[in-house]
Amino acid sequence: MRANPRASGYFRTDYRQDLALVQTRLQRVAVAVLGAALVAFPFLASPFQLDLACQVFLAAIGSLSLMLLTGYAGQISLGHAGLLAAGAFTAGILFREVGAPFWITLPAAAAVGALLGVVFGLPSLRLRGLYLAVSTLALHFVVVYAGGEYETRRGFSTGIVIDPPSLGGLSLADGRAWYFVLALAAGATLLLCLNLLRARTGRAWQAIRAHETVAEALGIGIAGYKLLAFVISSAITAVAGALFAYYRGFVSVEAFSLFLTIQYVAMIIIGGMGSLLGAVLGAVFVTLFPYWIESALLALPGARRYAGEVFAVNYAAFGLVMILFLVFEPLGLVGIWHRVQTYFLLWPFRRRPAAGSRR
Amino acid sequence: MQLVVNIMVLAAIYALIACGYVLVYRVSRVLNLAHGELMMLGAYLLLATASLFAGNPLTALAAALGLSLVVGILVYVLLMRKMTGEMVLAAVLATVALGVLLRGAVILVWSAQQQYPAQALGLANPPLELPGGARISTCAALLIVATAVVYAALFVFLRFGRWGVRMRAAGQSPLLAAQRGINLHAVYALAWSLSTLTGSVAGMLIALDSGLTGTMVVIGLKAFPAALVGGLDSLLGALAGALIVASAEVLLIHYVDPLLSDVVPFLVLIAMLIVRPWGLFGTREELDRV
Repeated sequence: MRANPRASGYFRTDYRQDLALVQTRLQRVAVAVLGAALVAFPFLASPFQLDLACQVFLAAIGSLSLMLLTGYAGQISLGHAGLLAAGAFTAGILFREVGAPFWITLPAAAAVGALLGVVFGLPSLRLRGLYLAVSTLALHFVVVYAGGEYETRRGFSTGIVIDPPSLGGLSLADGRAWYFVLALAAGATLLLCLNLLRARTGRAWQAIRAHETVAEALGIGIAGYKLLAFVISSAITAVAGALFAYYRGFVSVEAFSLFLTIQYVAMIIIGGMGSLLGAVLGAVFVTLFPYWIESALLALPGARRYAGEVFAVNYAAFGLVMILFLVFEPLGLVGIWHRVQTYFLLWPFRRRPAAGSRR
Repeated sequence: MQLVVNIMVLAAIYALIACGYVLVYRVSRVLNLAHGELMMLGAYLLLATASLFAGNPLTALAAALGLSLVVGILVYVLLMRKMTGEMVLAAVLATVALGVLLRGAVILVWSAQQQYPAQALGLANPPLELPGGARISTCAALLIVATAVVYAALFVFLRFGRWGVRMRAAGQSPLLAAQRGINLHAVYALAWSLSTLTGSVAGMLIALDSGLTGTMVVIGLKAFPAALVGGLDSLLGALAGALIVASAEVLLIHYVDPLLSDVVPFLVLIAMLIVRPWGLFGTREELDRV
């Protein structure tokens, strides 16, 4: 993991401190405050804001899994929407065809995702970079086609309706309940990623990303770890897709267009490659962005006239923001955040980046 | 017979679009995923000039072609030039972002409704009877002719033209090319503008034939497997790839399932990536370079 700037005076003196996820007192306080804020939020927020928060959590699960694959293992995937679709359709089909409850469909989605992960990952053993991205893109179209085919063949041409998950008479229909479930799911994903990344697996991935040949010389089984990256990432993604299906109560191929993939890729770029915090920040940014644009547009004079064009403005603004980040801030929001941190840590001195240090 | 004609038309479309992918990739190693959008933009430019020069189709066409050249140069100067020296992936993602931006902008300017530039230009599009009972619309026939002309011109230009040789040199080794005094930025800009031009020709002819909406982007994306199947750095390969993808698509649609249309090119692509990732005519070392 990247060495975060830390205040002076903090030294780790035993292994327990080294293993702890939350280390300094400031961090403990920050985590506690964040947790309290997250718990308090649904009791203060409007239903609309609650829905936004749920969307953010769902997006965060997806972007975390993509970050594992692309940001850490260095395997580029443009098939993310296809994997989400696979998870959503697994849940939808199992529910429709055999009436399976969620505690079967979610693991089933994970299994399908893992299986597809092997399929998506196989090209990575031969292909690198661009060609890998292209092969995952092709698989995206295949998965979406299969979903569409199922819809038309079975006569659900408008989509599959799914009932909210229920357990022993309790049904998950309330927005607030959904909020907590999704927050827990996102938190669990984050924890899983954190622990994966500091364990052997994650370090092997980062070695592969840095230099494949060197990683192999270090005794890392390249093929196995690449496939593992695809399998784990795809399984998480598919579960996110299944959760999405339950949350919406509705599955349709239209929701899983290429644009969704682009959005997820944008999340990890805008957030900052190679950082879990970046994945979360990117998910928040990209999910809320259209709503900011919409409210900004409506605040302009003569809002009525733009009402029909919000969608197009969104598209254009989204592309523009993505370009701006790629050109001017390749490290993303996390890069900005680290710069702010460094500024205050070093104050009143300034850090001068070494010439040519920009990646 | 009609089937053969359909294959020819579709192959011509794919080939004309695919050569744009090949040009940019061959010269600058960037996969231009905004090519479909640039092609659509070219078609909309024709719509714009059609209303300017109403009743004067040739002027309108020429003006639109000129504008699309400028668009290509602008794309390079304003965006892709900034991405040189970055990771290849970053450059590709920049083109993706450009595509999203263009898609939104086009809808903002020209609305999302279906438009007919042929009507605006006052052109008719009568079907032609071919020997053997097949039919082909005039625009589709024009498209095949245009593809042949464009490819012939590109072959000659890259083989004998002064700038064509420079483009090939820059593609082979930017460092050596720059040391020999070749202006890389000019060469890259030229590649982008030529690529946009050929894409726009395709876009305009398709729009004249069957109208114009935002969904045209899909055609651009489907042409990209054609470029890859033939080999991303080979023009000849783009022709062969277009023929393979188009015949697979038309035959499968005809004999198996019309719904397959959107997915066939990508199935062909996957098969090719498994068997021979560098494509039919591509250079093998390319794979390790990216």
